[in-house]
Amino acid sequence: MLTILLLVPIIGAIALLSGNGDRRMAKLCAAIQAAITLVLWFGYDRTKAGFQFTSASDPLLPGLDLRFALGVDGLSLLLLLLTSIVTLAAFWMAPNVEKRPGLFDACVLLISAGITGAFISQDLFFFYAFHELALIPTFLMIGIWGSGERQSAAWKITIYLALGSIILLIGLVDLFLAIPEANRSFDLEKLQALAGLHIIPVQAQLRPWCFLMVGFGVLVSLFPFHSWAPSGYASAPTPVAMLHAGVLKKFGLYGIIRLVVPLLPDASKQVVFGSWTALDLLLIALLGNILYVGLVTLAQRKLDYIIAYSSVMHMGYIFLGIASLNMIGLSGASLLMFSHGLSVAALFAICGALRDREGSLSLERLGGAAKALPFLGICFTLATFASIGLPGFANFASEVMVFFGAFQNPGNSFIRLATILSLWGVVISAVYMLRAHKSVFLGQPTDSSTKWVDLTGTPRIALGALLTLLLLGGFFPKYFLSYLKPTLEAVLR
Amino acid sequence: MFPPITLEILVLCLGLLLLLVESFTNNPDKRILAKCAILGLLCLFIGSFFVEGNPALESIAPGSFWHFYSADSAALFFKRIALLTTVGVLIMSMDYQQVLAKFIPSSRPGAGLGEFFCLPLFTCTGLMFMASATDLILAFVALELVTISFYVLVAYMRGNAATLEAGVKYLILGALSTGFVVYGITWIFGLTGETNLAKVATKLALLEGSDTAILFSLLLVLVGLGFKVAAVPFQGWVPDVYQGAPTPVTAFLSIGSKSAGFLLLLRVLEPFLGVASIQAKVLCILTLIAGATLLFGNLAALTQDNFKRLLAYSSIGHAGYLLVAVASIGTKASSFGSIGSTIGFYLFGYLLMTLLSFLVLNIVSIHSRGDDIIQFNGLAKRSPFLAYALLASMSSLAGIPFTVGFYGKFLVFAQAINAHQYVLLALGIITVAAGFYFYLRVVAAMWWQDPAIVTPIPISPLTKIAIVLLVAGIFIFGVCPKPILTLLSPLAAL
Repeated sequence: MLTILLLVPIIGAIALLSGNGDRRMAKLCAAIQAAITLVLWFGYDRTKAGFQFTSASDPLLPGLDLRFALGVDGLSLLLLLLTSIVTLAAFWMAPNVEKRPGLFDACVLLISAGITGAFISQDLFFFYAFHELALIPTFLMIGIWGSGERQSAAWKITIYLALGSIILLIGLVDLFLAIPEANRSFDLEKLQALAGLHIIPVQAQLRPWCFLMVGFGVLVSLFPFHSWAPSGYASAPTPVAMLHAGVLKKFGLYGIIRLVVPLLPDASKQVVFGSWTALDLLLIALLGNILYVGLVTLAQRKLDYIIAYSSVMHMGYIFLGIASLNMIGLSGASLLMFSHGLSVAALFAICGALRDREGSLSLERLGGAAKALPFLGICFTLATFASIGLPGFANFASEVMVFFGAFQNPGNSFIRLATILSLWGVVISAVYMLRAHKSVFLGQPTDSSTKWVDLTGTPRIALGALLTLLLLGGFFPKYFLSYLKPTLEAVLR
Repeated sequence: MFPPITLEILVLCLGLLLLLVESFTNNPDKRILAKCAILGLLCLFIGSFFVEGNPALESIAPGSFWHFYSADSAALFFKRIALLTTVGVLIMSMDYQQVLAKFIPSSRPGAGLGEFFCLPLFTCTGLMFMASATDLILAFVALELVTISFYVLVAYMRGNAATLEAGVKYLILGALSTGFVVYGITWIFGLTGETNLAKVATKLALLEGSDTAILFSLLLVLVGLGFKVAAVPFQGWVPDVYQGAPTPVTAFLSIGSKSAGFLLLLRVLEPFLGVASIQAKVLCILTLIAGATLLFGNLAALTQDNFKRLLAYSSIGHAGYLLVAVASIGTKASSFGSIGSTIGFYLFGYLLMTLLSFLVLNIVSIHSRGDDIIQFNGLAKRSPFLAYALLASMSSLAGIPFTVGFYGKFLVFAQAINAHQYVLLALGIITVAAGFYFYLRVVAAMWWQDPAIVTPIPISPLTKIAIVLLVAGIFIFGVCPKPILTLLSPLAAL
């Protein structure tokens, strides 16, 4: 089942690259992907921890337990759902391209395949490898179809992510070699089973922790490694921005919950220099995300940059949830990964739709768009509310859990201060999102806006689906959390 | 099953035979020679899977041939690399013939072209002997066979000034480096009274109080081999010679010369690392060379605008990664297999991706105005097939997962972490990022820019097959490297 899930977009992409098929076929691939994901979602046994729907090949390297192994557990299934829904929405919201449409759709499919592969791999090696599959398509797409300073943005995002990936690779190998010989394995389930056993000596944990946090941190745009993200997202074509900001970025967080939390639990208490522990440094970094990047967002005058910076800022909350190292904080962080992915994908989709109509997204050039585009206006309002974290949306439920979890953490006094400071981030994001909403959709309509046509047909459904899931998550968070609980319990054992 | 030496003898005979045929026929189209050579080499490649291994140690009579020749798995593996490289080079040469003809003054059509297809066979013989050499004398003779046939090949287009410059540079520096090797060998002989590497190892381990002399002799050999594998600070000749030499010869230099050089390096290093008192110093020297090579190759490549030159620096950069693996040789056993198999696998991957880039470069430059990166602008429109092929090789060279290049880098980095070579790792992080930039520049040119020339590029069927096979190899062995590593796994060395 999972193999088919992975093969569908890859075969689709190959067919498109060789000149067969069109957008409809790409949409079909995305639809099959989504259908399979739904079957998995409802077929998954929520009461059990561990991977389900597993399949594995023979070892690929002599003498090492490295296999092509696929499987999903609650956490990866939630992210898989996110991937499939956002991919589907990305295709329906994608602009019509004249230049090489086949390559465009193939690249989107390849990015989606890469993320899917990363989330369903049960093997450390392929978990890493699939993530990098998205690198080249992203490079090509931003370079060919991007807007604004597309070439420099493409270089920046590619080099930065390549750098992050290689640091991550070193961290993964270092972690692997830190595990005693008898327990070494590339199998994520076997690695997970080592959680709570404190199998790696305390003093040997800090080095892999640093490598992994920097590596994953670059991929997640943790402050101060975030500068690739805003320009990259702002220049990227709509589907890439949706997939990258919405889903691909969650890979790093997923990796931290999967590997760092269970295998290196003592590293965060270790002193790095002076009296600063590793956790303190992480908290400073995430405060940088929430407060510094938040304030930078306030200063942005273009809608795409506002959304891009806000997506960087929200990563701080997820890191805060992870830093809390308790059940409620981690659950909040995982759910926030899901809900942030949906909300930012919806925002970028609307952003792209506006760019198709206006060309420039600077706030001065836009205004009163709700008159011509009532549906987009309502969707933007809802997505804005979700992004700020208003009750009723999944973001609210998860952010509340993150704050509770972080405040509850008894081990570190700094984390309470950090939580209190982070709460101000909500205010900052309310300011910039509402201001953006006001100047784009409300007020006096601009001359050009009178000619605009609102979304019709299936794109409406695609956008609606993203928002509906956000509302569902907001009203029934418990349902989604029931998927996460056994997995996270195993992580925190 | 037949004795392994047959392989070398047959390649040599094939070369001589084709040379004779060349001089006695009047057919102006010399490509038939290359076709025969390719066919013969492919047969021998298949044959290489059916050769006998080394005889048992006890049964070797004193003074027998087996004292300087070995057919262990590493030797066979590198012989296959040499054979495949030569096949690739010959395929390239066939396309390159029209360029050759332009620069060779001749009275009748086709004169002076035939040798270009025969000489690679002699280089191949040399490379194969080098792979098997366990005696310094044989190693040296094989090295000379390779180098001398390269002197001719590099300067083959005698009407072209750049080629002549490359030829002279290669001749002088090659001769100089050979001098170093010979001098090093005499020192080793003077110290131990032996030229067989296994015996040298036992004698060296027993020597006491002559650390300086041992180090000096090793240093001399390292200088010579450093030239062959293009390690800093002996890399000065590489960019000019690579750029000036005919493209097929450049590919040959970059792959064949380097692989054989690395195997020889490993074989020569082994006895020296057995001497406990100098081991730390040897590793320190290797670390320095590796670090310098990594940095120089990859950083200097950043500013290149000529694709051939870019590949020259990339070749230095990859020598750097290989040297990182060499410098990670240690006493601690690794989970990732031996250093020898890491290097073998890396070189195999390097063969696939470099040969592929040279094949594409060769065709594109023949049908464009030279081999600057600008000539690749809009290649995706001109010839999607070539563009995708080059994308595959550039991704692999940059080290993107699911390609052989990534597996190679993964193994190298894993070995370096295992050996706690953290300085080299830090340099590695910088150079990989740099690599992404200069390899992807070619990709950016192919897709982001519009072509200056729009004429489609004709590709001969043989070249097409070669390209398809290489692309397939890059991905298949990038996902499942096991077959290659199994071929290499009995490799006990290091």
